[in-house]
Amino acid sequence: MADKVIYAMYDDDDVLKDGAKKLVSKGVKISEVFSPFPIHGIDPIIGIKNTRLGIMAFIYGLTGLTLATIGMRYFMVVDWPMNIGGKPNFTYLQNILAFIPITFEFTVLCAAHGMAITYLLRNKTLPGMPAQNPDPRTTDDKFVMEIRLSENSKYSTEELEAMLKETGMIELDQKEIK
Amino acid sequence: MHKEAAIREPLILGHKTYHDITEDVCKPIEDKAPRMWYILFGIALIIGLYGVGCILYLLGTGVGVWGLNKTIGWAWDITNFVWWVGIGHAGTLISAVLLLFRQKWRMAINRSAEAMTIFAVFMAGLFPLIHMGRLWLGYWVLPLPNQFGSLWVNFNSPLLWDVFAISTYLSVSLVFWYIGLIPDFATIRDRAKKPISKKMYSILSFGWSGRAKHWNRFELVSLVLAGLATPLVFSVHSIVSFDFATSVIPGWHTTIFPPYFVAGAVFSGFAMVQTLLLIMRKAMNLEAYIHTKHVEYMNIVIMVTGSIVGTAYITELFISWYSGVEYEAYAFVNRATGPYWWAYWSMMTCNVISPQLMWFRPLRRSLLFTFIISIVVNIGMWFERYVIIVTSLHRDYLPSSWSMHYPSHIDIGVYVGTIGLFFVFFLLFARFFPVLALNEVKTILKSSGESYKNAPDHGHAESH
Repeated sequence: MADKVIYAMYDDDDVLKDGAKKLVSKGVKISEVFSPFPIHGIDPIIGIKNTRLGIMAFIYGLTGLTLATIGMRYFMVVDWPMNIGGKPNFTYLQNILAFIPITFEFTVLCAAHGMAITYLLRNKTLPGMPAQNPDPRTTDDKFVMEIRLSENSKYSTEELEAMLKETGMIELDQKEIK
Repeated sequence: MHKEAAIREPLILGHKTYHDITEDVCKPIEDKAPRMWYILFGIALIIGLYGVGCILYLLGTGVGVWGLNKTIGWAWDITNFVWWVGIGHAGTLISAVLLLFRQKWRMAINRSAEAMTIFAVFMAGLFPLIHMGRLWLGYWVLPLPNQFGSLWVNFNSPLLWDVFAISTYLSVSLVFWYIGLIPDFATIRDRAKKPISKKMYSILSFGWSGRAKHWNRFELVSLVLAGLATPLVFSVHSIVSFDFATSVIPGWHTTIFPPYFVAGAVFSGFAMVQTLLLIMRKAMNLEAYIHTKHVEYMNIVIMVTGSIVGTAYITELFISWYSGVEYEAYAFVNRATGPYWWAYWSMMTCNVISPQLMWFRPLRRSLLFTFIISIVVNIGMWFERYVIIVTSLHRDYLPSSWSMHYPSHIDIGVYVGTIGLFFVFFLLFARFFPVLALNEVKTILKSSGESYKNAPDHGHAESH
């Protein structure tokens, strides 16, 4: 279905945030906001849920912890117990103090890299991807609000534009997308 | 909008707008490099290549080309390793620990401090690798299934802990740094005019768009990475200190080592950040972003960590006497009065006395004084490691094994070469990468920028 997108550009993050608040209170659905830096407090206004990447990091960390434990138990206790100064080496528990540093490091390694990779994949930001921002100025000092017509069927294009103009925007742009 | 006390000094001087910040940071990248850059790069490259030559000679001939002997089996190599790892502690400390403490002044310096960290850890990693002699067998430090029978690396050994600690630290710092760089590369990409640089920055920026959802994830990822990197920073130098502390050499066998090494690492790391940033802010016209207040904050960190280091030195001395262990006592008396007294007293002067001068406000706000002290501290911290390593080894238990260490020209060449390589990397970074975290600095413009701070309720009446 063909859809129409309205891009409203602002030159201040607070003006955009106030504008978004007003629009949302009138029942307008804002589908996206592009900004050069994180606008604090915009997420609840335009209905973006908090990311669950933190939970993923915890799971990756647990994976690392488990792998390190299984690995070191196999290498140092099951497969080839080393006699180091006659210190007890028959069970994992007897030797656990020596294994803590690597367990910790490996947990951090898995959590950090797992989360970073998930972050890039979920964002679809990977080497060589084309830029997705509607205007190159949004990575400098401009802020763009994106409104889709299909998500705001109760308003016409003209009505939406009129409402946007009241919010202190500086430029308006439209695009047809398929 | 977060509000700040009016008496707190602004972090961004002058009347900057968001666009000014972009301009100020991107300009040096887009303009032609100044002549000074080429001169410095040339010098660094020559020194670096000389170091590479020394390393190749070392690999071709063997570790015997170093000035080691059977008593002093570790000297400059491990000294340099610990020195570089220590320097590599400031970056992640600034970006991770200060992020958790919500210190906004970190935002102007974290990018370059982290770059410094990464390059310093590269240099550090080089030393254990070349010390193996057969560099190409370096992968034997990993627990890989192999054809030699049930032969695994020794997970009880602090040297293997080091392998895991340093590689985790390096790769996590790199990821942390790059995640922050992506949005800034996008800024350069969207400004680039020349097709080649547009293409390059387009690849580097991973197609970043600045969607609200992406920023939401970005902030959480930064926070969690900071949370992970904070204990990591402390663990890395603790583990480096275990290399010594778990041995039975008098002078090394000390339980005070982990905290003492971590404080020393932060101390030397901040000194190196000062050395680099004081030049960079001038050369790249970033005085509005990195100014006296930032330098003062860093000097306070140097003062505190320097005092911890000084306390550790004195505690060590006291315990060597109080323990009643004659070998331990001898090791410390020998450090101060033996043939290496000059190294010990250089260390004491540089590391204990010089940071105490930072108690004086005019001194810690003086850029020239800071620059001099930052170099003094780095010299002192090199001597600290030299004192710990060489003077503890050179008087063996048997007087017939007593020896002295004289560095060979390869020792010196490899060390100086790593300094050259470090500057090659850092100069390339300063030339092609955004040296300030653009997106982060923009977030504090309204709360800590000079023109916004003192204007009554400028544009943010809806404070919450």
